[in-house]
Amino acid sequence: MEKIILKDIPDLDKIDVYISNGGYSALKKVLTGMKPDEVIEEVKNSGLRGRGGACFSTGMKWGFMPKGNEKPKFLCCNGDESEPGSFKDREIFEKNPHQFIEGSLIAAYAMGIQAVYVYIRGEYWKWINIMEECVADAYRKGLIGKNILGSDFSVEMYVHKGAGAYICGEESSLMNSLEGKRGYPRVKPPFPAAVGVWGYPTTINNIETLANVPEIINKGSKWFSSIGDPKHPGTLLYGVSGHVNKPGVYELPTGTPLMTIINDYCGGIRNGKDFKMIIPGGSSMPPLTKEESLTMKMDAESLKAVGSAIGTAGIMVMDEDTDIVHVLQRITKFYYHESCGQCTPCREGCGWMLKVLNRIMDGTGRHSDLDLLISVAENIEGNTICALGDAAAWPVKWTVRKFRKEFEAKIKDENIELPVLNKVHGLRKSDEYVTIDSDENTIVESLIGKVQEITADENIKRYSS
Amino acid sequence: MKTQEYTPMFDESEMQTVKMHISKYPKPMAAVMPLLWMIQEKYGWISVDAMRYVGDLLSIPHDHVLGVATFYSMYFKKPMGKFHLQICTNVSCMLCDGYKIFNHISDKLGIKNKEITPDGMFSIEEVECLGSCATAPMLLINNKEFHENLTIEKTDELLAKLRNSN
Repeated sequence: MEKIILKDIPDLDKIDVYISNGGYSALKKVLTGMKPDEVIEEVKNSGLRGRGGACFSTGMKWGFMPKGNEKPKFLCCNGDESEPGSFKDREIFEKNPHQFIEGSLIAAYAMGIQAVYVYIRGEYWKWINIMEECVADAYRKGLIGKNILGSDFSVEMYVHKGAGAYICGEESSLMNSLEGKRGYPRVKPPFPAAVGVWGYPTTINNIETLANVPEIINKGSKWFSSIGDPKHPGTLLYGVSGHVNKPGVYELPTGTPLMTIINDYCGGIRNGKDFKMIIPGGSSMPPLTKEESLTMKMDAESLKAVGSAIGTAGIMVMDEDTDIVHVLQRITKFYYHESCGQCTPCREGCGWMLKVLNRIMDGTGRHSDLDLLISVAENIEGNTICALGDAAAWPVKWTVRKFRKEFEAKIKDENIELPVLNKVHGLRKSDEYVTIDSDENTIVESLIGKVQEITADENIKRYSS
Repeated sequence: MKTQEYTPMFDESEMQTVKMHISKYPKPMAAVMPLLWMIQEKYGWISVDAMRYVGDLLSIPHDHVLGVATFYSMYFKKPMGKFHLQICTNVSCMLCDGYKIFNHISDKLGIKNKEITPDGMFSIEEVECLGSCATAPMLLINNKEFHENLTIEKTDELLAKLRNSN
């Protein structure tokens, strides 16, 4: 398999090695022979989609930027990478930083941008130093700065060090952080392309997205769109962690079967065990059961079809002995810690979910807690300014749904034995579990009727809390 | 804006760096994060006086600096141990016994999360994912050094090495 980003060339992080391997030729190509609109068109045709989780078309995003140079325009490169389970940008900083720099310079040219800010999470001290060194090298070679390669295109590039906030990976929060404020997400619209950092038009792209751009320019959009899944072309940096023999970052085409990645590249599950659950794209993505994983292809559309998402392609593998409840408790603790506190549903809801999960872990959980978790999650989802609310709600909602028996096994409370499905009070067990869909209201109405009948009967122990 | 005179916390050459940071952004407020980093590098933590000082340097309200410093978890608002050990226990590390490492260090040093040893040498903190999932479990020292693929033995060696380096 041909690799686009993590090429097998030693010392590619050195600028001279990068240049002697054809580096910065794409930048030269666009500066000498392509109009900005042609560059955007080429990226649009390639079908490149953002690698930060939302999978939005990169070319379209660039096209949203206003034309003309009356106002300053900015590009922010998102290297905050705080999603648990993803560690791909770090690999780019270490192995091929100049391809990312070249990609962001091409993006800057295409959109007429004056300054590029590379936002890297504060914990990546080592990689921040590497990037600062690389940017300085590129300045010395005349690849960044005034009149790049003798053209009339000028751009500045700065590295900005974060300070440990997951939320700053969210684009509007990143802009606030860059402005020197608390990293609160902003309400959209206005979108960053209209009102971005310091109020000027801004585009925010993931590091991996930008690192793909030079090869698209060099080899053409047709070549790129022929790799992997047609609807989500290119390669992805799959970061595999957890209970596998050889965890690490593997660059493979989109649409690669999940089992191929785990068995052929990662050497299978540790200690010859079976696996129970796989999180496909970083901790905020709904998990996959074993059955779903066996036939799953790793691209945006295939995962969307089963209600999950590709996210940052950070695959977390859990073997058969894993305590799913503990995993979910830890994930929820993370979101509770990282919620910025701006929107009430997320700020309070994450704490509630954690509290409930804590008591299930302690063995003092109740059967109604499982539906309570789903109910809280559904009330967070979609009711917050940014996607952190969704990110916190999805794993809870879907892990409880898909692994309900694991949770029930931890609940010793046997007070409730009502054999009915009830969305309101959660007086049910998994065997009776039915998905409530279009007929939701009629079902719920009839159920409420049933519960009222049953609870009227004094012989039935009614759980009260 | 200036309400009080402080002993300057940066010397001449550091003031040059401050100017460099301010010049990177269209507005001075944006330099608050790099400046807080400089303070923490130099003094190990960020006092309220330091926040006032940074506010005055950038001509921004003191409470804004306080707001920023308290929002980000990597800025220390109180003195930490000489070696601040940040142990990841997030999912990938947890699956690879991250809690075992955390509890081992905690027991060995006799301190709990966010506490400092009486001699001021070590402090520990349970932290969230640091992007070291393939090389789990891991710990970070003083926001800088990654120590990955830890085992109990390697952790013991590391602690002994840190203790001797004093």
